[in-house]
Amino acid sequence: MFFSLAAVEVGTHLYWEFAGLTVHGQVLLVTWLVIAIILTIAVLGTLNLEQVPKGLQNFVESVFEYVSGIAKDQIGEYEYRPWVPFVGTLFLFIFVANWLGALVPWKLITLPEGELAAPTNDINTTVALSLLTSISYFYGGFKAKGLGFFARYISPTPIFLPINILEDFTKPLSLSFRLFGNILADEIVVSVLCLLVPLFVPLPVMVLGIFASSVQALVFSTLSAAYIGESIE
Amino acid sequence: MNPIISGASVIAAGLAIGLAAIGPGIGQGTAAAQAVEGLARQPEAEGKIRGTLLLSLAFMESLTIYGLVVALCLLFANPFTGG
Repeated sequence: MFFSLAAVEVGTHLYWEFAGLTVHGQVLLVTWLVIAIILTIAVLGTLNLEQVPKGLQNFVESVFEYVSGIAKDQIGEYEYRPWVPFVGTLFLFIFVANWLGALVPWKLITLPEGELAAPTNDINTTVALSLLTSISYFYGGFKAKGLGFFARYISPTPIFLPINILEDFTKPLSLSFRLFGNILADEIVVSVLCLLVPLFVPLPVMVLGIFASSVQALVFSTLSAAYIGESIE
Repeated sequence: MNPIISGASVIAAGLAIGLAAIGPGIGQGTAAAQAVEGLARQPEAEGKIRGTLLLSLAFMESLTIYGLVVALCLLFANPFTGG
């Protein structure tokens, strides 16, 4: 029974055909669940706002202060406000997705193919998130500086032109690979340890995984905010 | 499936992680040592040092993770064994 709990499945997916496209169904299911959880907490926390916050409103306010602190630290006091929704969404989505993958015993639910897990352990999710970051720092840069945005490609000297162009490709690549690799590595380590010693021994690694996945959410949103801040500065 | 390609892929996957762990290992050791030094000199800056240290450790760790992604590609999604 324990062995069936710990089966390592990499590269098998629940395929859905959708308007000529093939999508990974298990990722979409958990993604919808994550969105539902965040929406529920946000809506419930802001339903009846009070001057003196208590209960859920208190929690939601402290979460908001935390994510706006991330944006403020990287983008700067004067321009950070319009970017709080984007950075906050990235942080909350990745955080809830990682923790949902680590905390919920998904192996109890069997699918015809593939298995439910954190949506961030699929490279498609992380690449989509990091491409969103790329698009938004280009948008922010063009909005702030117009065509003067291109001046950054030849700064400090024109010799750096190829490196600066290459940087636009390595930024989303490293962002997506970092998140994907961390989450997948954590799940594989836990699965392999469960396979070797099913009881108690995987527990410290699971705790480490929970810690590491929250750090990864912080790293992803901090880096996105830093890229945006760098391009609009 | 060609056994030579399979064997080479497994060896390469091991080497990818092993080699990718050397540099970040040294870097993380240096960073942690400097953080401890900073803490000993200025214990009141503990919160700031801890936050910065964790963030930079995550960055260094991601270098090993790139090696891991390459290794996982070789093991589970090897482009050379198909067909």
